[in-house]
Amino acid sequence: MNKEELKIRLESLLVSPTFEDAAEWLTVIIDPEVWEGFARQLRSTEGFDLDYLFCVTAVDWRTHFTVVYHLTSTVHRHMLVVKARLDRERPEIRTVSDIWRTAEFHEREAYDLMGIVFTGHPDLRRLFMTDEWKGWPLRKDYEDPVNMIKL
Amino acid sequence: MIQEVGTTEQGDLVVNLGPQHPSTHGVLHLVVTLNGETIKKVEPHLGYIHRSIEKMCESLSYRQFIYVTSRMDYLSSHINNHGCALCVEKGMQIEVPPRAKAIRVLMGELTRLASHQLWWGAMAMDIGALTPFFHAFREREAINDIMEETCGARLTMNYMVPGGVMADLHPNFQKRVKEFINFFRGKLHEYDELVTGNIIFKSRMEGIGYLSPEDAVSYGCTGPTARGSGVSCDIRKLYPYEVYGELQFEEVTATGGDCFARYMVRMQEMRQSISIIEQLIDNIPEGQFQAKTKAVLKLPKGEFYSRVETARGEFGVYIISEGGTTPYRIKFRSPGFSNLSALDHMARGHKIGDLVAIMGTLDLVIPDIDR
Repeated sequence: MNKEELKIRLESLLVSPTFEDAAEWLTVIIDPEVWEGFARQLRSTEGFDLDYLFCVTAVDWRTHFTVVYHLTSTVHRHMLVVKARLDRERPEIRTVSDIWRTAEFHEREAYDLMGIVFTGHPDLRRLFMTDEWKGWPLRKDYEDPVNMIKL
Repeated sequence: MIQEVGTTEQGDLVVNLGPQHPSTHGVLHLVVTLNGETIKKVEPHLGYIHRSIEKMCESLSYRQFIYVTSRMDYLSSHINNHGCALCVEKGMQIEVPPRAKAIRVLMGELTRLASHQLWWGAMAMDIGALTPFFHAFREREAINDIMEETCGARLTMNYMVPGGVMADLHPNFQKRVKEFINFFRGKLHEYDELVTGNIIFKSRMEGIGYLSPEDAVSYGCTGPTARGSGVSCDIRKLYPYEVYGELQFEEVTATGGDCFARYMVRMQEMRQSISIIEQLIDNIPEGQFQAKTKAVLKLPKGEFYSRVETARGEFGVYIISEGGTTPYRIKFRSPGFSNLSALDHMARGHKIGDLVAIMGTLDLVIPDIDR
């Protein structure tokens, strides 16, 4: 499916979806509450078959967080980017590691470096930093006078 | 918490493999739960070489941050730089001159050859054959010399810049690459005779570490790891960049899904890389090697994602720009990270000696995983 066809199909799945038009690939912004059900539909609905999650990342916008999922289909080769806006005080979203196994590691990374809590994750622990590490290094307000060199 | 090393209540043995183990090629730390010699669980502990490159890049300019990426997957440093340069060019809408495109692809394929050579030697060494390592390094040395002449570096190249390449090719480049190709073609045959057909080697490889195509996709595996399971995922073929669309080459896949299939994919990929180099080496267009760009690069507000195929799989660069001279957020999607996540699944039920063979065919580079 091309960008326009995907958009029309998505409008039938979601209640009043918001799209970002400027990006290279179709980008849909969702409510974190609906993510689990939506993810399952994307994975298994015929025509979408978005079976390959190739990038999971989180962005700190100072006022809120955005979690970004890059999805593609090995059958149809179309792309979809899903974004969810999370509250800065309670950044929580449902894990998708049971749908795409690769998410288990990627979500652990986002937790470790950005402090996003993925509810239902089987093993949500620090990945790169030590278990006793305080703070979330990739956040914009992170300060570490010992290990960080300011340019 | 890190699982305690010792004996569990069920009588299983928990041991450390690494971070200072010769077969982990760097500082990979695996906590392995064993029942006798059979693997029940493999848990990777990462971060021994974590430098937070993504955070560092947030305070580096669009010219500077490319150099840091050479230190990630140091065996594919050209291709890492290439991915970053492509992403900046996408944002700035810079048109790269044809000569630079050809040079980039040539360098990328030479890098792939050098990386696969090192993998071949190191993997054979891991499972007990020391000789191939010396063979592989002898041939790799020739590529490093060619690189050194043009780029001035042997490992961290920093040769790709936004808009093209940093300097023109050395006058000897074409002659030396042709000499090398002739020399290496014969050596590749020697590699096959020495290792591929070896009965001991085969018995260590065949049927070990099976990964089904569905699992390969679900675990986000790319590169030879996924292609060994029959998943078509070569970015050079699917989403051609630079001149890959005009070249004749095949995407190598195998259906076995085991260690031997992944081994054969890489061996065939070396032949494909040779073919790409041969098609290009006499057809490098004349002209500029770098487009004219401003001294200070400013990406417009927005998001840019570029994908390239490194020797290990898909490398993605995701830049979020707020319109300044530095990226607001940058994310590197490294191939090794996703490939490693499948290790536990592949190793369960095998013997501990096979774990080293499976790790060998995943071709892990730890700085690429830890970033």
